[in-house]
Amino acid sequence: MLVAAAGTHAGDLSATREAELVRLVRQDCGSCHGMTLRGGLGPPLTPAALADKPSPMLAATILHGRPGTAMPPWRPFLTDREADWIVVQLKRGLGDAR
Amino acid sequence: MRARGLLLVLLVIALAGCATRPVGVRGTGDLGVVIERASGSVQIVDNTQRTSLARVTGLGDLSHAAAVYSRDERYAFVFGRDGGLTKLDLLEARIVARTVQSGNSIGGAISQDGRLVAVANYEPGGVKIFDAETLALLSEVPSTPGPDGKGAKVVGIADAPGNRFVFSLFEAGEIWVVDASDPRQPKTTRFQNVGKQPYDALITPDGRYYIAGLFGEDGLALVDLWNAGKGATRILDGYGRGAEKLPVYKMPHLRGWAMAGGYAFLPAIGRNEVLVVDARDWKQVGAIPVHGQPVFVMARPDGRQVWVNFAFPANDTVQVIDVASLKLIESLKPGRTVLHMEFTARGDEVWISARDDDRLVVYDTATFARRAELPAQSPSGIFFTWRAHRIGL
Repeated sequence: MLVAAAGTHAGDLSATREAELVRLVRQDCGSCHGMTLRGGLGPPLTPAALADKPSPMLAATILHGRPGTAMPPWRPFLTDREADWIVVQLKRGLGDAR
Repeated sequence: MRARGLLLVLLVIALAGCATRPVGVRGTGDLGVVIERASGSVQIVDNTQRTSLARVTGLGDLSHAAAVYSRDERYAFVFGRDGGLTKLDLLEARIVARTVQSGNSIGGAISQDGRLVAVANYEPGGVKIFDAETLALLSEVPSTPGPDGKGAKVVGIADAPGNRFVFSLFEAGEIWVVDASDPRQPKTTRFQNVGKQPYDALITPDGRYYIAGLFGEDGLALVDLWNAGKGATRILDGYGRGAEKLPVYKMPHLRGWAMAGGYAFLPAIGRNEVLVVDARDWKQVGAIPVHGQPVFVMARPDGRQVWVNFAFPANDTVQVIDVASLKLIESLKPGRTVLHMEFTARGDEVWISARDDDRLVVYDTATFARRAELPAQSPSGIFFTWRAHRIGL
């Protein structure tokens, strides 16, 4: 952890973790939202689709899921900060998974 | 260097010779395609030699993809996520026809007579029917709107005897049977209120029972196509007995149905269990605790074993159920993120895709020994040509 955090200010995600999160979003969120995030059984997560959605609501949806729909809570795998980071990336357009 | 140069020249001559006579004379009964989901490519593989014969690119977004086969087992029809429908010639290893027929698609089916290919679409929701020879559009069956006003997403499409296609409507909670004997004037029979959010379905190997899994409630909807007038009935109603479900990180797939030893084996939604059902009366016989939430529950062709893979985060494991004792007999770790399994036609071996290790692993199903590993780019679905002659595949 200390090594990963070196060179970044406190609380930032390591480059390794960011790459893992991109992969998680593309591959595992992608099971329902599509690997290109243009939608599937779940709605699209493209910048255009998310533009008018408040970021805190999106982060809460990621962490807690949406009861009554197929969206599960990702809390067991993500911190608050990581969910916020994913929302920023989605609204910006997610980098390619490696 | 000179020797290598000469070798290269000879190789080019040899390959040029191949181009005029692509593969020589061979059958296709032991061939298959492997979807490479991230690169829009497929590999054509030979399951006797356990080798890859070719890679074909340009199939679009294959992040969710499936394939069916022409009855001569020469052509694969590949259904991509982006609505792409691609007809692939396995012998010449090339695309012979391709159409992007919707914005978002989940899969498809081929008709009993082999002349029609139907594609199930999410966006816009509905089914389109194509000429299998040319991929010319013959007709469209738009789905009814769900609560959000948009055409419901179509899931769980299967072929049934009589050139029929059966499928489910996710948001609308319906099962439709489309008779495409006149493919330009298909006739639709609707079964309404079958249950909340059917997410996938299977048809039994005899083409009689169509069973849709429900995401929105514990149970499955069944239509007996021999007695369709009776409508849809509920089976395994309340199989979780009210216990809270686990979060579902990947939807199970029912199309890899498992009928074995007089039972049907089905993935439980939101539970680390495989449900066992008596296939005569569709009553639950038991539930087998497994490593995670099942995605594919597939019977070896002889029905003696059932193989199961799992959803995130338990997706590094494959387990094997012995049908005679209904007990787990093996746990395997083929690699990271196991997405699919495919048996050879008579089940001596099974091919497994491990997406995050970029490989296919071939196991002997009697000894569980690894027989081979093949490199593949983010492999997902594996589809062998024996599917050409199975109802519902």
